[in-house]
Amino acid sequence: MVEEERNVKIHVENLHKSYGKSEVIKGISTDVYEGEVVVVIGPSGSGKSTFLRCLNGLEEITSGKVIVDGHNIADKKENINKIRENVGMVFQHFNLFANMNVLRNLTLAPVDLKKATKEQAKETAIEMLGRVGLAEKADELPENLSGGQKQRVAIARALCMKPDIMLFDEPTSALDPEMIGEVLQVMKQLAADGMTMVIVTHEMGFAMEVADRVLFVDAGIIMEEGTPEEVLKYPQNPRTQDFLSKVLEI
Amino acid sequence: MAQIITVYGMLLLKAMGQTLLLALLGLAFGCVLGIVFGMLSVVKNKACNIISSIYVNVIRGVPMIVLAMFVYFGVPYALNNFFHAGMTLTALQAGTICLALNCGAYMSEIIRAGIQSIDVGQMEAARSLGLTYWRGMFRVVLPQAIRNMIPSIVNQFIITLKDTSILSVIGFPELVNKAQNVIAITFKSFQVWLIVGIMYLIVILLMQQVAKALERRLNRGRRRA
Repeated sequence: MVEEERNVKIHVENLHKSYGKSEVIKGISTDVYEGEVVVVIGPSGSGKSTFLRCLNGLEEITSGKVIVDGHNIADKKENINKIRENVGMVFQHFNLFANMNVLRNLTLAPVDLKKATKEQAKETAIEMLGRVGLAEKADELPENLSGGQKQRVAIARALCMKPDIMLFDEPTSALDPEMIGEVLQVMKQLAADGMTMVIVTHEMGFAMEVADRVLFVDAGIIMEEGTPEEVLKYPQNPRTQDFLSKVLEI
Repeated sequence: MAQIITVYGMLLLKAMGQTLLLALLGLAFGCVLGIVFGMLSVVKNKACNIISSIYVNVIRGVPMIVLAMFVYFGVPYALNNFFHAGMTLTALQAGTICLALNCGAYMSEIIRAGIQSIDVGQMEAARSLGLTYWRGMFRVVLPQAIRNMIPSIVNQFIITLKDTSILSVIGFPELVNKAQNVIAITFKSFQVWLIVGIMYLIVILLMQQVAKALERRLNRGRRRA
């Protein structure tokens, strides 16, 4: 198989996550290959966001393995901060640092973590802002940006760390409809540039177009996975069929 | 009234100086305690959280006058009788300890609430970029939290300043203590308490003005940043 020659960026093995007594993730295993775009869909409360947050250790995993670029993130001997430098994350609610302007948002981590000098970081930041079409907003405070602009800045902020992997946690769910397109456009470009991406989203059209693989997660496990065609057009699992019929019928 | 001011004015002003000295010391140490215990209450460590909550609850649950008596009379008595420590506390030392313990407990709560008022997403975003907890705290969370805390902190400063009057009971020569002396001599309680009240009022109004100016400056900085 060709797949065996591809580089595994994220290896997930029998992942479990519980909050107290309630188990949210009940054994997920999958591999994300270099340059692959994996879209995770599923009903709310299915554990898909939790799954994503386990991939960079924002949620402590209960059992199982998550190996990112060869580093086991649950291993106390591994420096989780070093691993995270390589894994960008974009949140549903943007989470731009409210006390800093756009430029500072983008340069804070690279400078603080000594990945770049102030000048280099600024240069990278301007370049990334250009990529998301917001070069003129460098001096603005986050509160003065629209939702779509905030999310594009958030993507640029993650990119400033020059990550190998990008995680997206429902990046368009908090946006007004007319702003969704601009964010998806940036993500499409990123995918086209070969970024490894794991995206939790409800944008089925986007998944259809951009995903290499779609995971349908429900009740804490992967119910169905395959190409967008397989999962979204010709779902085999009744749960997937039920979910899609609810999402797509408006 | 005029006579009281001319004869005892200087004495009352000096007493106000002592009040301010005590308040300043209490606030300074109180702030340190508040920051330490406030941080202990927000970090992800059960033992730290419990230590902080015990401190806050004990201090909040004991009237300051009791705390003052305990620190000034009780503790040295116990140390000397049971351990023959030969220890004495001046009223200023005991007063500072009480005020700092008291102020620190409330400041700790203000700091905890201030930090918890900041959306957890701010810390998560910082962590997701590879920043450590403490860098995220100092770079992202605290600068925002402090802005939210300022009104409560000013309020606590004012309360602490007024609380110094309680320490008249351990004989510290602050304003209320001296006012009682003046009344003992002159029997003019209406005039003396009126003067003392006005003195407190003036100092506190001044403090509020300073705080307002500070707040304005911080907010101006925000628009520039």
